[in-house]
Amino acid sequence: MDQFYINLIFVGASFLIYIGIAIWAKAGSTSDFYVAGGGVHPITNGAAIGADWMSAASFISMAGLIAAGGYSNSTFLMGWTGGYVLLAMLLAPYLRKFGKFTVPQFIGDRYYSENARLVAVICLIIASVTYVIGQMAGAGVAFSRFLEVDSTMGLIIAAVVVFVYAVLGGMKGITYTQVAQYCVLIVAYTIPAVFISLHLTGNPIPGLGMFSTHTESGVPLLAKLNQVITDLGFNEYTADVDNKLNMVLFTLSLMIGTAGLPHVIIRFFTVPKVADARWSGGWALVFIALLYLTAPAVASMARLNIMTTLYPEGTAAQPIEWAEIENELDEDGNRHWIKEWEITGLISFEDKNGDGRVQYYNDKNPEFAAEAEARGWQGSEFSYNRDILVLANPEIANLPGWVIGLIAAGGLAAALSTAAGLLLAISSAISHDLIKSRINPGISDKGELLAARISMAIAIVVATYLGANPPGFAAQVVALAFGIAAASLFPALMMGIFSKRVNNVGATLGMLSGLIFTLVYIFMYKGWFFIPGTNNLPDTPENWILGISPLSIGAVGALVNFAVAFMVSKATAEPPVEIQELVESVRYPRGAGSAHDH
Amino acid sequence: MSGHSYDAENYWKANLRLILGSLVIWALVSYGFAILLRPMLAGIAVGGTDLGFWFAQQGSILTFIVLIFHYSWRMNKIDEKFGVHEE
Repeated sequence: MDQFYINLIFVGASFLIYIGIAIWAKAGSTSDFYVAGGGVHPITNGAAIGADWMSAASFISMAGLIAAGGYSNSTFLMGWTGGYVLLAMLLAPYLRKFGKFTVPQFIGDRYYSENARLVAVICLIIASVTYVIGQMAGAGVAFSRFLEVDSTMGLIIAAVVVFVYAVLGGMKGITYTQVAQYCVLIVAYTIPAVFISLHLTGNPIPGLGMFSTHTESGVPLLAKLNQVITDLGFNEYTADVDNKLNMVLFTLSLMIGTAGLPHVIIRFFTVPKVADARWSGGWALVFIALLYLTAPAVASMARLNIMTTLYPEGTAAQPIEWAEIENELDEDGNRHWIKEWEITGLISFEDKNGDGRVQYYNDKNPEFAAEAEARGWQGSEFSYNRDILVLANPEIANLPGWVIGLIAAGGLAAALSTAAGLLLAISSAISHDLIKSRINPGISDKGELLAARISMAIAIVVATYLGANPPGFAAQVVALAFGIAAASLFPALMMGIFSKRVNNVGATLGMLSGLIFTLVYIFMYKGWFFIPGTNNLPDTPENWILGISPLSIGAVGALVNFAVAFMVSKATAEPPVEIQELVESVRYPRGAGSAHDH
Repeated sequence: MSGHSYDAENYWKANLRLILGSLVIWALVSYGFAILLRPMLAGIAVGGTDLGFWFAQQGSILTFIVLIFHYSWRMNKIDEKFGVHEE
């Protein structure tokens, strides 16, 4: 059967499941819409958090990111998992006990300040909108690649599907579709990885295979990879990093940013009890780790695969001839994928020295220039988009066409599940924190449910438009979304639980100074409001203050937030008695009903 | 559970102690073993590379999982001991 139809069947079947779930899980009240009625089992919630968390970037791009950076990009692995420890111990159980619908609502109530709540709403919207654009764009790209439709058309199809289950079912529909999407994406991710690991090392578990012996050469896989790439002038894969301060701060920013992202936090409001909020943090990380422990293995193995495919006789010999790659009847059957992906433009080959062979090496390494010249090489002739490492995995591993169909469905599941979670965070902030709280406090439950549905519909339309026409800031998810969540939301939430002394003025000024400090530092290097050319300093390591990258500044911003909040609070009146009692009550699990409005 | 009682205060202290202990391990495996202490541990070989690399790409994540489950299990016991658990 033609690959196109296989992909169509897999994607179509997964979409039918999502829509079926949407019809089954229709929201009847605001409690259903905002927190899925508050009755989600912790393991179910863990799987839903897994899908909510793992985005198109985690699924498609992360392995390629690690493959390119080796050890230095371990920051993403630790940063995007370590945040769950903070969530499960410092935020989730207490916010669940608080028992309301949104993150800004806690900040508004705890700091008895509508201004604090408004700052939180603004932070939430900037972080979530930045994040959701990438998901919508990712869904469009996945569509156009696997189903041969125009990417804008693909984006619209994806938006319609999200529309059906998110507008109809709210959090209830989203929860159960996320569980289904988790299953699709994890199966799609691990199957090719297991086969590649078996092929290279004989070990079926990729995370173990990565540290095993490379069957063909008899040396450890990572040692083999180090040798092959350093032979061609690249940095050692496992090489240590010089700038440890920046590595620590970047990891910390990702961790506290993860813990402060509202679309993740609200998932913990859906479980019945405080104890369940703790357990679901653990389950969430188990489900996330299945992918995050596999990704570094995929990264190292796929990179080695590409090198050995291009240099079949070893790095000392000449690389392969392009004609051999183009030969579809190749007996090895394991090279033709390069040609197929070259057609899509994700792999490129340019025969600079005209010898018909594919020289791939690090032509930016001055120490390697002499050797390259001696071998008659005139620049690296081969390059690949890092997404290839996941997208082409089934072909690299020689797997049948249905696995490619599964990757298509998995990539879309990853994009849609994260998009839906973000859209819910955005729309509930609008309907609950703006409309219900500021504009029309007397609104009935039915009226608010309608307002929530309309906000969701508008949010989807806006996200779709921005996904098709991404503004400059959309590429800055890591800096902007994680920076804001880390510098502004996380400290405010944590102090709200662990300190009785931090008051309305302290928290509001703390959030604002963390936010402004972080944004100014990012804008200095990335351009003001990300307008190209308006940056004050070039975004290179030599210009970073103390070697701190703009991506790592969120952790420092959080420190600024904590410091300002404490100092201002000390200098102003302590919070009223009923607020101190509120803080007491969120600390003790007894008496947590399901999440409610009043 | 409201107001100030002796037990409530000790319950909160027990929670803080458990969190602090967990976060020390959390920081040790990630910022410690995987980043800052990596050169010190370079002599310990793990599958073609060193212990620090393993912690950076596998070990820290596995430790995080154990930490959360351990915290949840211990906290539920502490909830019961102090009588603040949910019915």
